[in-house]
Amino acid sequence: MDTILKLLEDNATLTPAELAVMCDKEVGDIKKMIEAYEKDGVIVGYKTLIDWDKTDREYVSALIEVKITPQRDRGFDHVAEKIYTYPEVQSLYLMSGGYDLCVQIEGKTMKEVAYFVAQKLATIEEVVSTATHFVLRKYKDKGVVYGVEEIDERGNCN
Amino acid sequence: MIDYSKVLSRTVVDLKKSGIRKFFDLLDGRKDVIGLTVGQPDFVTPWHIREAAIDSLRNGKTYYTSNAGMPELREAIATYLKRRFDISYKPEETVVTVGGSEAIDMAIRAVVEPGDEVIIPTPSFVCYEPIVRVSGGVPVIIKTTAKDRFKLTPEDLRAAITPRTKMLVLPYPNNPTGAILTKEELAGIAEVIRDTNIVVLSDEIYAEMTYGRKHVSIASLAGMWERTIIASGFSKAYAMTGWRMGYLAAPAPLAEQMLKLHQYAIMCAPTTSQFAAIEALQNGDEDIAMMVGEYDRRRRYIYQGFRDIGIEVFEPEGAFYIYPEVGTFGIDAEEFCDRLLNEYKCAIVPGTAFGEGGERFARVSYAYSVKHIAEALNRIEAFVRTLKK
Repeated sequence: MDTILKLLEDNATLTPAELAVMCDKEVGDIKKMIEAYEKDGVIVGYKTLIDWDKTDREYVSALIEVKITPQRDRGFDHVAEKIYTYPEVQSLYLMSGGYDLCVQIEGKTMKEVAYFVAQKLATIEEVVSTATHFVLRKYKDKGVVYGVEEIDERGNCN
Repeated sequence: MIDYSKVLSRTVVDLKKSGIRKFFDLLDGRKDVIGLTVGQPDFVTPWHIREAAIDSLRNGKTYYTSNAGMPELREAIATYLKRRFDISYKPEETVVTVGGSEAIDMAIRAVVEPGDEVIIPTPSFVCYEPIVRVSGGVPVIIKTTAKDRFKLTPEDLRAAITPRTKMLVLPYPNNPTGAILTKEELAGIAEVIRDTNIVVLSDEIYAEMTYGRKHVSIASLAGMWERTIIASGFSKAYAMTGWRMGYLAAPAPLAEQMLKLHQYAIMCAPTTSQFAAIEALQNGDEDIAMMVGEYDRRRRYIYQGFRDIGIEVFEPEGAFYIYPEVGTFGIDAEEFCDRLLNEYKCAIVPGTAFGEGGERFARVSYAYSVKHIAEALNRIEAFVRTLKK
């Protein structure tokens, strides 16, 4: 039932007990459903959204457009696997249009990111070219707006 | 020097300041308070509805419409009422108003003469009694009780009727209690009213916000259509409070007179909002389903929350309010709400703001995110723990 998925996608901290109340189900059933989702790989993980700009952690993130030569029989998957195995890689998408893979990476400094592109990414033999775009500011991620305090402007009227 | 006390209408000056207004004044400008007080959706009007309004502006539709509203909108209202609630009105039996509030105002003023009695079940929305008084009418209050799950009973209604009774206000789904009347319960009310000459003003602004069962309008019961005025609107169902869009639906002899008042007082409802309203009625069913689904989950959440805290509460079946009995810890609801506000920075509205019978209760709105509701419940729980000691 995708109501539970939607609720968890919005707020992963909801407990099975809370979900059970909200969806009018038994707690045990909810636990079983979540377990099944996890087992089937529908729920692949839980993370916390953090605005690192509000901390003193230094980091840079970049989007890299990668063009590759697909391999016979294995298409893009094999190259993708080589790339996403690197822990620096936050996300990886196969794209339509002007390039093939979109790699999002994070590093401590621009130098570190540049090193990754030059030494690790560009050296993969199927990689034809890369174009690196550094992120200047994150406005919104996973549906959440960053850096803006939400103000309830509704009037107390009735 | 002008003597204002001599120029102002005695009736207006004597109107009590609304209890809810008094409470809201306490909140003004306070940023440290987490509130469950707001009587309006936390959703933004769906984009396609906003777009219809923007398009109308872009195309220069900035004129007055006809007094009763655009023909397309009245047609759409009639179609909507048939489709959603199976009640038949011709477009000419509808009047587009400035919110449901104007609809209530017009209905009462078109019917009530000095000395006429209007039966008002409480707790209920704050506007009925003052409007009746301004018309010279006499409000006759029926206090509904927790024992009856805040439903008007046929027995209480029968006992309140006199030869001067002109109108019955039927405020269901109810603000503040969240009570609804089922078809069977409405049948009992209809039984009492059917052979009288009493008009029913059915305030159905929350008709789309029912949980577990569909709203039934008293106008759909045998013999009731001819004596019912429906006051409703777009604010709650489509998250369109700021657009001020409502409507009346009533048999022609009633609608014509209400239209006359509307014409002199308002001229016509805002044109931009009327364009938005047409889009809402024609393409907004999915938005309603989405929002009502969300309210329903919050309703379950907050209901369980109050029960876990150990506060008596009945499960609301409509609107987006819950009405816990907070006055069971040795203090009444007003003191509970005051202290909760001042000591725990959490605001809920004391039931006394909604007329007689609210002394032990508070209205709590769940038109808020679950996260917000959870934090407010934490504060209420912390407060209640000190009271239980």
